[in-house]
Amino acid sequence: MKKIRLGTIWLDGCSGCHMSFLDMDERLIELAEFVDVVYSPYVDMKEFPKNVDLTIVEGALSTDHDLKIIKKIRENSKLILALGDCAITGNVSAMKNLYGSEAILQKGYFDLADLNQQYPSEVVPTLLESVIPLHEAVKVDYFLPGCPTPADAIYEMLKALIEGREIKIHELTRFGK
Amino acid sequence: MIREKVRVKKFTIDGICVTGQSNQTILEVARDNGIEIPTMCHLKGLSDVGSCRMCIVEIEGRHEPIPSCTAKIKEGMEVTTSSPKIKAAREMILSMMFSERYHTCSTCVVNGDCQLQSKSVELELSHSFTPYLNQRFEIDASHKNFVNDPNKCILCTRCIRVCDEIEGAHALDLFGRGLGTRVIHDMDEPWADSTSCTSCGKCVYVCPTGALYEKDISEEEIIKKREIVTELVRNRGQK
Repeated sequence: MKKIRLGTIWLDGCSGCHMSFLDMDERLIELAEFVDVVYSPYVDMKEFPKNVDLTIVEGALSTDHDLKIIKKIRENSKLILALGDCAITGNVSAMKNLYGSEAILQKGYFDLADLNQQYPSEVVPTLLESVIPLHEAVKVDYFLPGCPTPADAIYEMLKALIEGREIKIHELTRFGK
Repeated sequence: MIREKVRVKKFTIDGICVTGQSNQTILEVARDNGIEIPTMCHLKGLSDVGSCRMCIVEIEGRHEPIPSCTAKIKEGMEVTTSSPKIKAAREMILSMMFSERYHTCSTCVVNGDCQLQSKSVELELSHSFTPYLNQRFEIDASHKNFVNDPNKCILCTRCIRVCDEIEGAHALDLFGRGLGTRVIHDMDEPWADSTSCTSCGKCVYVCPTGALYEKDISEEEIIKKREIVTELVRNRGQK
């Protein structure tokens, strides 16, 4: 059987959902029989590859770089799974929306900076006006909420996708779980 | 006082023949007959205002769905409580509640004990269909025991109704219009300065979300005694 080409990416989130992924523990070995991880913080791959079957996205979209990469992911992946509340609702990442990017930069790079008070202009990407969930930028195929999404829910979801069956997501997890 | 004559009326809900008294609502008759309709702003013991629209049902011959908590029954009406159209409308209503203000479950003090959150599970809402509005309201934490956070308010007005109808103080009411509507104390004064508030805490108990909560209590310890009102009304021998 051909293995599923799986990508995972960590955008504007805390990596808690990726930690939860690792919390599947020995079940990862079981999944490895069916899955090839082709792009992820877990593997050393610089460019997002082509012909990915499923990409799991953790985190919201908060920079121009996030927007660029999510569009590339959509082009190169058959399916996208939004993992965790940040990817689905904006969650903690979107808390700054209530004040605006300008206020946050002012706080971080001026008010709280003792030295070198200036806006970041090199290397770091530019912040968007507001943080948005994935589905406001691209089509998302599956939503798996949680903060972080429990390992059991990720396992059940992946197993169901591998076996091509439907599952009741709301019996496994919810917003804020 | 002129009393309205109560009559028995026959009609159908989801094809099931039911009977009710003419002063009853569709929701009451449905629940008497074990037919579940999802609700949000409704709380047994308080008057119904139909503010959330969660309990909408279809009525044969009517163009638009109507809230079942405020609609009185009629002889021969045919009510449908669940259809693809109703399901889609309820999901959209819930979406709008989530996206209108700042409902971040993971940082909310009532995480796990919130009726907006549990409704998302019940209606299997995968995500918000409407974009987030990112509105910000000032939090009123002036009261010694309680906090009013309009950012988490869904404007169900349960707090206003309980304060008026059960406590008899009417310390709370709505202020403003549309998206900017807020629950205020007295003439929009800080909660601590409200002369009509008795600090009984009923508003906090009936609040479905984390808009009204008790101070210095962690997410793990928080208990919302929402059924306390139903209990009170029963003990007082009202309906």
